[in-house]
Amino acid sequence: MIMGSNMAECHPVAFRWPLKAKTDHGAVLMHVDPRFTRTSAMCDLHVPIRAATDITFLGGLISYVIHSKRWNTDPFFKEYVVNYTNAATLVNPDFKDTEDLNGLFSGLSEDGKAYSPATWTYQRHPAPAPPVTEPKTFTDMLLQRVPGRPKADPSLKDPHCVFQILKRHYQRYTPEMVEKVCGCPKEKFVKVAETLLNNSGRDKTSNIVYAVGWTQHTVGVQIIRCAGLLQELLGNIGRPGGGILALRGHATIQGSTDIATLYHSLPGYLNMPDARKNHDTFKDFILTESVPLMTSYWGNYPKFAVSYFKAQWGGAATKENDYGYDYHPKITGDHSHLPMFVDMMNGRIKGFFVMGQNPAVGGQNARYQRKALAKLDWMVVRDYFETETAAFWRNSPEVKEGEVKPADIKTEVFFLPAAMVSEMEGSFTNTQRLIQQHEKAADPPDDARSDIWFTYQLGKSLKKMYSTSSHDRDWPIKNLFWDYEPDASEVATFRIKDEPSAYKLLKEINGYTWDDKKPLPTFANLKEDGSTVCGAWIYTGVIPEEGVNKARSRKADEWISPGWGFSWPANRHIMYNRASADLQGRPWSEKKKLVYWDPKKEVKTPDGKVTRGSWVAPSGEGIDFLPTKAPSFRGKDNGIAFDWLSGNDPFIMRPDGKAWLFAPAGLVDGPLPTHYEPYESPVANPLYKQQSNPVAKTWKVPGNPYHKVADPDFPIIVSTYRLTEHHLSGVMTRWLPWLAELMPELFCEISPELAAEKGIKNAEYMTIETARGKVQARAMVTRRMRPFTVDGKTVHEIGLPWHWGWQGRAQSDVVNNLSVLVADPNVTIHEGKVFTCNVRAGKRGGAA
Amino acid sequence: MNAKGMFVDTSICTGCKACQVACKEWNGLSGEPSHFAKKAGYPYRVANNFSGRSYDNTQNLSATDWRHVRFIEQFNADRSEARWLFASDSCKHCNNAGCLNACPVQAIVRTDLGNVFVKQEVCIGCKYCIPACPYGVISFDQRTGTVHKCTLCNDRIHNGLGTACAKACPTGSIAFGDVPDLKMRADARLVQLKKLGYEKANIYGYDEAGGLNVFYLFLDKPEVYGQPEKPVVPQDRLHISSGVTVAAAIAVAVGAAIAFRERGEKKDKP
Repeated sequence: MIMGSNMAECHPVAFRWPLKAKTDHGAVLMHVDPRFTRTSAMCDLHVPIRAATDITFLGGLISYVIHSKRWNTDPFFKEYVVNYTNAATLVNPDFKDTEDLNGLFSGLSEDGKAYSPATWTYQRHPAPAPPVTEPKTFTDMLLQRVPGRPKADPSLKDPHCVFQILKRHYQRYTPEMVEKVCGCPKEKFVKVAETLLNNSGRDKTSNIVYAVGWTQHTVGVQIIRCAGLLQELLGNIGRPGGGILALRGHATIQGSTDIATLYHSLPGYLNMPDARKNHDTFKDFILTESVPLMTSYWGNYPKFAVSYFKAQWGGAATKENDYGYDYHPKITGDHSHLPMFVDMMNGRIKGFFVMGQNPAVGGQNARYQRKALAKLDWMVVRDYFETETAAFWRNSPEVKEGEVKPADIKTEVFFLPAAMVSEMEGSFTNTQRLIQQHEKAADPPDDARSDIWFTYQLGKSLKKMYSTSSHDRDWPIKNLFWDYEPDASEVATFRIKDEPSAYKLLKEINGYTWDDKKPLPTFANLKEDGSTVCGAWIYTGVIPEEGVNKARSRKADEWISPGWGFSWPANRHIMYNRASADLQGRPWSEKKKLVYWDPKKEVKTPDGKVTRGSWVAPSGEGIDFLPTKAPSFRGKDNGIAFDWLSGNDPFIMRPDGKAWLFAPAGLVDGPLPTHYEPYESPVANPLYKQQSNPVAKTWKVPGNPYHKVADPDFPIIVSTYRLTEHHLSGVMTRWLPWLAELMPELFCEISPELAAEKGIKNAEYMTIETARGKVQARAMVTRRMRPFTVDGKTVHEIGLPWHWGWQGRAQSDVVNNLSVLVADPNVTIHEGKVFTCNVRAGKRGGAA
Repeated sequence: MNAKGMFVDTSICTGCKACQVACKEWNGLSGEPSHFAKKAGYPYRVANNFSGRSYDNTQNLSATDWRHVRFIEQFNADRSEARWLFASDSCKHCNNAGCLNACPVQAIVRTDLGNVFVKQEVCIGCKYCIPACPYGVISFDQRTGTVHKCTLCNDRIHNGLGTACAKACPTGSIAFGDVPDLKMRADARLVQLKKLGYEKANIYGYDEAGGLNVFYLFLDKPEVYGQPEKPVVPQDRLHISSGVTVAAAIAVAVGAAIAFRERGEKKDKP
């Protein structure tokens, strides 16, 4: 099931695999999407739903599944759900569901701005007696704080158990409700539900694919979670052919979150030190972050964190100075893209580096973002061409219309030429966490350099400038561990001799022992005593020994291909793959065999003894479990990490070892996905009194006006999206004539019904308006778009691809002049997939 | 040596147009000049060829577009029947090639691998080949004064490589190889599709124009994809047209006889 994704168009190369499954193996492909796209064209079934009603559709599937005969009679589902998910776990009796509070959960603050998760917690047994009295290490400190085990009712009958809560939560998500809310024919919904049910179980697994069609919503995280719930109930997680495939936006964007370009995250998904949390000292940081997770593999948090700080400051990071923790930057709030631009507009940000991004086109409410750029003192843009962001000061729509004068813009813009990917060595980490090295084919022309060259040389210059400083505050720069000088052999065949060493960078990310600089083969080797260095613990093993880079490996086979590249963590391609075996460790079926317990297998322990019994994977797949932990093993109540986890706890990164149907922590907008209307919607929420996500992030600032619910001035839904022919804001494509002529101009996909109502003719100009701006586009009148009937009322939807700007060989208005700053509360992703607008025939006239 | 060719399985074409771009990149073809225009304030020409015809903006094959992906939207009013077909079109390298036979200077030749290509240094730009192609494949370029079309990547295939379009195709919709092998593949795929309920699926190019070295699997009649059901190349038309000439001569003779008779009759009736 492809939903929230237009895989054929936006991931055309990866789409060969679903297509191969369909043509060679008879897989059924279903596409659930408001539009009929090139993906729908290739699928067996297209199911149209109104934009942003995904949780209703998925919640409907959940309800359908748990009430179905198949799910209630095939023992597979119960065995999987009772043992591997938290369905049986008992929740705090004070918890109140959205069914009780008309769309809200218990714990919402009086001002309605934030939830306290205090009532979402598990019921627990008393805490065990700590095994240590005199804590010496961080691990000892954690051992003193182990909580009692969660209480559970394996019969799933207790009214406070997760399963009963879940059942009540989705009881009104019936096929009829799906039809009413989503505008999708009931029969098509039932077809999807039956197909998923019939293709899940011991012998079969179903997969769900999504992309930014799910993320870019004020309920983005909850939509994805909702799919997770469905897959858990269907027993489709941790098993071959199952899971949820998150398609990332472009090459190595997975890598960019792993090694953390995100403001709140350190490499390897450790949290950024945060002035708002109890992070005052290193000990506070370690305990605050690892105590809630210590009964999972995150119990090793201190080892990962200390090794990260050693990677930052090398020999200068010592136990005595808390490994330099006090010198590490701390965040003070949400510094992600949207609030960063609000801060920029308010003069709080003085300088700005832009690498691989074009916010003047790609940023939500792009006019606002361009005006914010004008408030900077300086900006460095590194790119291939003079992007709209680099040129905003001289020819943006605001400048052309005379609203802004270049002379009044004080921002000093430095435009530097960047190297293209084939002009540098490095690695991609793609959507399924596979790290693959790529070669440098040629030097970039003239002064063009790679971003890593720029960053490295900038660091070297800063270190030189600060080398004589006696200020303590300059310690982090003076002591920054910054040695990526290339070996002569690495640059021998190239003109550019000071390109940093890709190998040394990856070796530091992989980790090595500080004393003898030997690469670490696994993250189990990491220490909390400062003897190991590791840039990102999840990548450990990609360079298992000196000179061996597994990301270069290219051994393919007919299935998992463990010899092709390196899939973090520890070359595990299917996470939580202990769940591919039943409670006793036997494969669920011969067909779906992956990882299982072999009681006869001999294993040598580190002290040389031989024991019997081990998890095995003949395919060569990495085993996402402790290999010697028998299925019957009962975890230690007063242990942490693998000591606490039992042999039937496949979900080793969760503090209870179970997949979460109900999230007792970690989400700011509720423990269960719930249908809320998008922030701007033409309809009132048909399910609850609560209209939209109560804790969605909004910025009520000048220049960012919002539409009302069912706003008569803006009655039409608009989605923005991408096409195969262009990439994102078009920097890599709009300057290339071959691609420019394939999709030369902005167009608006509109149904014949709406076009007739508005007098809009195919291929002629039309104007799309919001309170933020208006753009003109060529009309593409097509039955691939359709009106939806929602609660008896007709709702129209249009679509706008957003690739164009005023530079390059394919030019048009900037679609994001229409969009608005509003975001998901968990991750601050914008709601670009749905907002409201109005349309009319003809060119815009006046300001864009 | 077996002829080389391509099997285009339109049932797995996603309409991504990678073939169009790969073709231009390998063969050094520019953007189509008529697709771009000067724009004040910009040192480069800007594309202006939006067509409004589904996702097809290049619209046809030309001297710079040797590949063209067609987009066919078929939806009824209530969308209960909904289909969006894609098919990548190019020169078919016919065994009975109209262009080759029409060329008065033998600039259009067939190589040992069966592909038909235009020798640029021999072409005199007479354009006789253009109407001789039943597929509208071959086009004249003002800049070179010669005609151009797909060469089946003549340079690549004579150096052991496949065509650029087939190499770039992400789904394997365009397959390059020996024609007999490709036919086996096509036959097997046709059987599979028929089993899956695609009753109208058919292979186009086994018999047309003496057999096409680039042939297609369509999910509907060739006309749906803009291909003539019975393509006629001029050399076939010769037999037909000579027949037409004889018939016309007889008709004229008979007509004349009648006319004269009428005139004679009129004479009798003053």
